Amino acid sequence: MGLLSIYSASFNEETPKAFYDMSTVSGRQILFIGTAFVLIMLIFLLDYRFVEGIAYVFYGVTIILLIAVILFGREINGQKNWLHFGSFGLQPTEFTKISISLVLARYLGSPGSKLTDKKIWMVIGGIFILPAIIILKQGDYGSLMVFAALQLALYREGMPLWIILVEVLFATLFILSLIFKPVFLAFAIFLIMLSIVGFMLITRRKISQSYWITFVGATIIMVAFVIFTPKIFTKLKRYHQDRIMVLVDDNAVDKKQGAYYNLAQSKITIGSGGFSGKGYLEGTQTKYGFVPEQHTDFIFCTVGEEFGFLGSITVIGLFVTLLIRIIFIAERQKNRFARIYGYCVASILFAHFAFNISMTIGLFPTIGVPLPFMSYGGSSLWGFTVLLFLLLKLDSHRNQLFSRD
Amino acid sequence: MNEINSEKRFILYGIFSLVGLVLLIKLFGMQVLDDKYRESANANAIQKMTIYPDRGLIFDRNGKLIVYNEPVYDLMVVPKEAKRLDTLAFCKLFDITKQEFIDKVRAIRAIANEGVFVPQLSKVDFAKIQDKLIDFPGFYISKRTVRVYTSPAMANALGYIGEISPEQLKKDSSGYYKPGDYIGKSGIEASYEQYLRGKKGVKHQIKNKFNQVIGSYQDGKLDEAAIAGENLQASVDIELQKYGEALMQNKIGAIVAIEPSSGEILALISAPSYNPNMLTGGDFKKNYTKISRDPDLLLFNRATQSAYPPGSTFKTVQALIGLQDGVLTDSTYFPCNQSLVKCHGHPYMTNPQLSIQYSCNPYYYQAFRRVVHQKGESFTSLQEGYKAWREKVMKFGFGRRLGVDIADEGSGSIPLVDRFNRVYKNNWNYSNIYSLSIGQGEMGVTLLQMANQACIIANRGYYYTPHLIRAVGKGGKPLEKYRIRHETGINQQHFEPIIAGMAGAFKAGTVGPMAQQVNLYAGEICAKTGTVQNPHGEDHSTFIAFAPRNNPRIAIAVYVENAGFGGIWAGTIASLMMQKYLKDTTAVKLKPWEVGKIESTEKMVFDKVFNRRELIRQDSIWRVEKRKQDSIKALQRKEEDELEDDNQLNPKE
Repeated sequence: MGLLSIYSASFNEETPKAFYDMSTVSGRQILFIGTAFVLIMLIFLLDYRFVEGIAYVFYGVTIILLIAVILFGREINGQKNWLHFGSFGLQPTEFTKISISLVLARYLGSPGSKLTDKKIWMVIGGIFILPAIIILKQGDYGSLMVFAALQLALYREGMPLWIILVEVLFATLFILSLIFKPVFLAFAIFLIMLSIVGFMLITRRKISQSYWITFVGATIIMVAFVIFTPKIFTKLKRYHQDRIMVLVDDNAVDKKQGAYYNLAQSKITIGSGGFSGKGYLEGTQTKYGFVPEQHTDFIFCTVGEEFGFLGSITVIGLFVTLLIRIIFIAERQKNRFARIYGYCVASILFAHFAFNISMTIGLFPTIGVPLPFMSYGGSSLWGFTVLLFLLLKLDSHRNQLFSRD
Repeated sequence: MNEINSEKRFILYGIFSLVGLVLLIKLFGMQVLDDKYRESANANAIQKMTIYPDRGLIFDRNGKLIVYNEPVYDLMVVPKEAKRLDTLAFCKLFDITKQEFIDKVRAIRAIANEGVFVPQLSKVDFAKIQDKLIDFPGFYISKRTVRVYTSPAMANALGYIGEISPEQLKKDSSGYYKPGDYIGKSGIEASYEQYLRGKKGVKHQIKNKFNQVIGSYQDGKLDEAAIAGENLQASVDIELQKYGEALMQNKIGAIVAIEPSSGEILALISAPSYNPNMLTGGDFKKNYTKISRDPDLLLFNRATQSAYPPGSTFKTVQALIGLQDGVLTDSTYFPCNQSLVKCHGHPYMTNPQLSIQYSCNPYYYQAFRRVVHQKGESFTSLQEGYKAWREKVMKFGFGRRLGVDIADEGSGSIPLVDRFNRVYKNNWNYSNIYSLSIGQGEMGVTLLQMANQACIIANRGYYYTPHLIRAVGKGGKPLEKYRIRHETGINQQHFEPIIAGMAGAFKAGTVGPMAQQVNLYAGEICAKTGTVQNPHGEDHSTFIAFAPRNNPRIAIAVYVENAGFGGIWAGTIASLMMQKYLKDTTAVKLKPWEVGKIESTEKMVFDKVFNRRELIRQDSIWRVEKRKQDSIKALQRKEEDELEDDNQLNPKE
């Protein structure tokens, strides 16, 4: 129960932050928080077994909601991920994150499913792909990235590390291919691979034929990747290109365009906070509307400007503590379902936290992911609340849940 | 399996902590180490606006306002911010081409962060663009004031203000000025610039992303109020000044009137001149071009910059030096020997007093010879004598700048011995320099120096440097240097015969009756006339005087180019000026036959034209008029003739 303090702390952070904004925004946020508490109550009133049982149903409902968005949704900022009921908007994507986590935990947690089985991989792929396609259609790349982060949970459950490492490698190559000319890069990869081979030959290691094939294949794939990336890149939507290029090279983008302006203003806002900040409600940047989306995705700007580096330490520290605490909770579960679910929660929160803050300080392309418990918005707040408190619910019943492993 | 994999949580802890750390390192760099962002944020949101102080006002000696300020609006641009805007709409609004826009912004960016884009918008224009300005980031309105002159007089003495030139900006070490700022360019405006300008203020304002001003920053804690410039009280009597300018209309020349006891200049007139209001406001450039190209050299201050030969007025100085040197006494009589220089009819033998009264040329030919040859007849002693004489003349304020408080002052010139040595190749004698004895030849003086000379005589031996400003600030004093009494080294008693001669000159000497008969208020006027030979045309008419004889209150020098004999036009103008100034303080009741005398003389002076160009112009007008009249007459005659013809063709039955 000591955890609640952490949660409430991270919770409380959010309340004052939302207040700077127009009274309606902060007022509505209070309403959302209130309903979030109602949700918490409901979750604690639920039968814990119900959580596991409802997983597939919930998954189905969210998929239907996602499809409904495609059909009836409203487009905001190039993304079509809002569903409107009268004046009330809903982002089903936020709930999809919960349902995927639940389904993933349910499926993987069922007896006998091991990640070594190819069939299981297919099913996991299916769980992801269905909502992923829909979300991709909506243009919400941020949420896709969050789904990708669920691999951390899979990793815990036995997925080999090299898959993640290969992804990191290709992400690196992607950025490098935008900075350097592909020809040079391809040549450099070739040289590196050659030197590794040379090193292996010199040390007279025995190399099996299958290794050779993998090796040559990897080289070819990497070279092909760096050569084709820029070409594919130009096929992306203009603002996606800009959002990425602005990180790589200041001069590559039109400085009058939104991408540069937004990032520049965001950095100025955070950077101008100094060590201890300008003081609560004293931030000139946020107060006078220089930062785009300052109460939603760029909420961290407010913290950075008004509370300075101390505020940044507090927020980041709280998030890291929260994440570690979630992992800790997950590990003490006796039930596989609860544990996997715990890891999923940690992965999702981590992805949001890392991507969101990185994008405000120019370490990551601007993708619209909210900062958990801090950004304005009912759907995301409810989503995160449900996500987290389902875990707590499961945790409070951990002794009653059988270990089915 | 569970136990093996649970070790993986440490890798996840590691990843979380690492990401948190990376973010914190980056944030530390941005927030703590780098100041760039803070500056950008300030530049984003805080606009520093210069508040221009009100320039000091200028009053006349009687407290009448001469110069004040009126608000105008400058359109300012901050080139760095003037980027995301609809240039086309902007150009349309201000009626300029896109190229002009680009050039102008570039020119400003080259020298400063901000500058004046359109100077001095009228209130109407300001109202027109005020609301639209929001659409153009980087542009804002700065209110400032322009000078307004209550009367069209005194332009040359007051000077004007204008945008600071790049050269002046480079020279300015105080860092006070920015491009587009205004600075006094001439006259009082220039020489009292540091008092008049005041102190600029700064206002910090907060803008939102639409470049709209939302409010003051930190409740104005950092703001500095502008401090208005010091007011100046001029020693000039603006009514006298206006009167003098009216008298000088259609004439070329100058008038300087000084209060001898203090050196305060009562009027400083250069004619022809311009209306000072032409060199203010938005039409400055157009009008300046017109004024500066006028063939009559309107910007040239004839009162302080000219180098006129003083003519016979200089005889007073010669007599004083002769008396001081002891080569002349009250009873030193010289004959009016016209074989030396020409003269005019008067008693044959004269002493210093009479020679002044009748302005005897031969007398000074002989007196000056005595002065320069007092050490002997040799060339060396002539050189020495000349040098000594020059020193004494310099003590009267000639041949050097007096130090009046307007920048545009000339020095005049009294030639050095070296100059004669050079010109005559060390072979010259008195016959080469004797013109100097009667104020002709190689010497040049400013009219201010001549007025100062009148002051010296009026004061019997000393002067205060003439100045235009008698008080700086409230209850202030003139500048320190104008409170120092300068001696001339001539003993007081030597002035009496000269003053008596000058009094005689006015009553029964060289001064003409037109000047004499307007002496109704001034008491006993002491005067010296000058008729300066002019190889280029008609003689120049000049005149120095002071009044009343005892405790003089006004000393004056008048110079009218090409106006002939000094005792007539220059004398009359001087007399009228003195009347005007002294009238209010002298309780004199006019006798019935004196009523209207001044007015009719005034009218004569007003109507008189001595400006050649003006003469030609009036002449041509007259000729056109005449031709018109002639043709009308011819037409009438023709009609009459035709009528007669008709009668002839149709004789009555």
